[in-house]
Amino acid sequence: MSQGSLSRVFLALLKRDLLLAFRHRAELFNPLLFFVLVVTLFPLGTGAETRLLQTMAPGIIWVAALLAAMLSLDTIFRSDFEDGSLELLLLNAHPTSILVLAKVLAHWLITGLPLMIIAPLLALFLGLDQDVIGLLVLTLLLGTPVLSLIGAVAIALTVGLKRGGILLSLLVLPFYVPVLIFATNAIEMAMSGMPVTAQLWILASFLLLAITLTPWPTAAALKLSLS
Amino acid sequence: MMKFIHKTASPPYFYRLSGLWIPWLGAITLLLLIAGLYGGLIAAPTDYQQGESYRIIYIHVPAAWMSLFIYMAMAAAGAIGLIWRIKLAETVAVCSAPIGAGFTLLALVTGSLWGKPMWGAWWVWDARLTAELLLLFLYLGVMSLYVAIPDKRVASRAVALLALVGMVNIPIIHYSVEWWNTLHQGPTVTKFDKPSIDMRMLLPLLIMAVAFKIYYVWALFLRVRVELLERERNTQWVKELLHQSKEA
Amino acid sequence: MMSLEVRDLSCIRDDRILFSDVNINLFSGQLLLVEGDNGSGKTSLLRILCGIRLPEQGQVTWVRQSDDQKSSIAVHGQESYAGEMAFLGHLDGNKLDLSVTENLEFSRSLALGNNNTIKDVLERVGLEHFDDLQVSNLSAGQRRRLALARLLLSGAYLWILDEPFTALDKKGIAMVEREINAQLEQGGLVIMTSHHSVSFDNDKVIKLSLSQ
Repeated sequence: MSQGSLSRVFLALLKRDLLLAFRHRAELFNPLLFFVLVVTLFPLGTGAETRLLQTMAPGIIWVAALLAAMLSLDTIFRSDFEDGSLELLLLNAHPTSILVLAKVLAHWLITGLPLMIIAPLLALFLGLDQDVIGLLVLTLLLGTPVLSLIGAVAIALTVGLKRGGILLSLLVLPFYVPVLIFATNAIEMAMSGMPVTAQLWILASFLLLAITLTPWPTAAALKLSLS
Repeated sequence: MMKFIHKTASPPYFYRLSGLWIPWLGAITLLLLIAGLYGGLIAAPTDYQQGESYRIIYIHVPAAWMSLFIYMAMAAAGAIGLIWRIKLAETVAVCSAPIGAGFTLLALVTGSLWGKPMWGAWWVWDARLTAELLLLFLYLGVMSLYVAIPDKRVASRAVALLALVGMVNIPIIHYSVEWWNTLHQGPTVTKFDKPSIDMRMLLPLLIMAVAFKIYYVWALFLRVRVELLERERNTQWVKELLHQSKEA
Repeated sequence: MMSLEVRDLSCIRDDRILFSDVNINLFSGQLLLVEGDNGSGKTSLLRILCGIRLPEQGQVTWVRQSDDQKSSIAVHGQESYAGEMAFLGHLDGNKLDLSVTENLEFSRSLALGNNNTIKDVLERVGLEHFDDLQVSNLSAGQRRRLALARLLLSGAYLWILDEPFTALDKKGIAMVEREINAQLEQGGLVIMTSHHSVSFDNDKVIKLSLSQ
């Protein structure tokens, strides 16, 4: 299998998934809406004291992003599993891990990227410093693809099950902890004027690790789920 | 070599062998537990800073060690099962999870009991306790995944895969949590070149650690035997076994 | 020349032995018809043969043989069939929200490919007038035809078909039989299950009966 055909099939799958998402564009807003809703609940629950909200803002936004990312995971493989096209994705000459990567990228573009775009608005809601909003977006840019990649492993393990809901959160959330810690830590540090290069490099290395390491267990898990 | 491994790892062979080992393992565990607890709770001197309450380390520390050790053992067995498709290894991985979760819970509860006199609260978000709590979630994830998948052969392979992914992540999670919060005492026991604790305190701790390890093997054997009988209930060797026990 | 060698295959599902000691030798130009009652393990066997499911025991080997070279590949190993096998299961594998042509274009980029064009295969399966329609607007039989069109595009030597006639009308069944015959004549191999009685030359057909 030549390099050319591998990138061609990668792009073909990416295009297919984006096209399918576009034909269901009403559903695109669901995770986004969830994200905004959860963030809105916090001031209502804790009181809208500016200082309190400011200190909690990085955590609130990131926890909401984590939950939104988790809830949207189901769409990565569900429809392919139900209509049988997942079998066809596994049974061909191309390495499944590459196809998995294309699907996760498509999924992130559909669900992760919109979170990044709406996050500055939520940061304003919570009174986050204007200076760190750029950093917040940067942590989301580095962090949310990791959430999709790790989530893909878990969803691949549970896609064949009728009721995977709670199980999925148990499988996924502990693995999300490092991303949560370093992303929020970076924003907090920046708020008190400290350098955050270390945290950003660590987040970037998480992303690289996730890109290289997660596709193969995802592929193996999909095969298990189909058997 | 592979032939030997496959022979030893064949369910009927393992079943027979483990049956011979189990009484001995149980007896050794009991003896070591008595020795370790006597040494730790009665013989060891009182700590000049923490008073008597430090004695809970004789349960807490070995339990915390075991919680990590068993996860590693589970992932290793899972990897062997996945790569060489050895049923026994798959079963070992599956059966390790509840024991590991038990030790993790024990470490958490004793840690919290220790925390009350130390910090004045049942729970503090200290780095090690938090990491231990996350480890408990990882174990629970493994166990619920196994329960959720109806085909047990598929389920054990899924568990093995998850345990491997967890294995890669545990150091990352631990390191992250350490970064997030470093309040706990530094590790004192591993510094053997300059022992900072009394030998009379250290020895019972090591005895307890060995006791817990052997307990793990003992409990694991018991569980694996039951699981093997259950899974292989249609095979010849289980039927013969059943037949023999009926005659006896 | 291609062939499929199956040795001592057994399968257990939910503690029940579905079949054991299945041996198959299938060569170019031959069709394997798997027969058996409901629940006898036909689908499980096919899923093992195509590499999705692991057998309890036994090996499945895909052998490529030319004049001077012979290479064998373990189907449950890393390489598997490398695209030389095409599978049609109970599910059609169509994306309902894509058009007929979009579906086939994607399948084509996945497959090894051959000289057949999309227009070509749509004519052969009788969907030539539906190429721009979304699959969700097609009938069950038409969706099955689309799945078969994918098979014709794949360029695979080995076809594994689980109940290919499901939902097809008489013309559709005749069409599938014609295409299977063509595949066999080109030196391909076919493994299939069917509740319908099928009409093929007897010298090409091997029957495997799965019964308790």
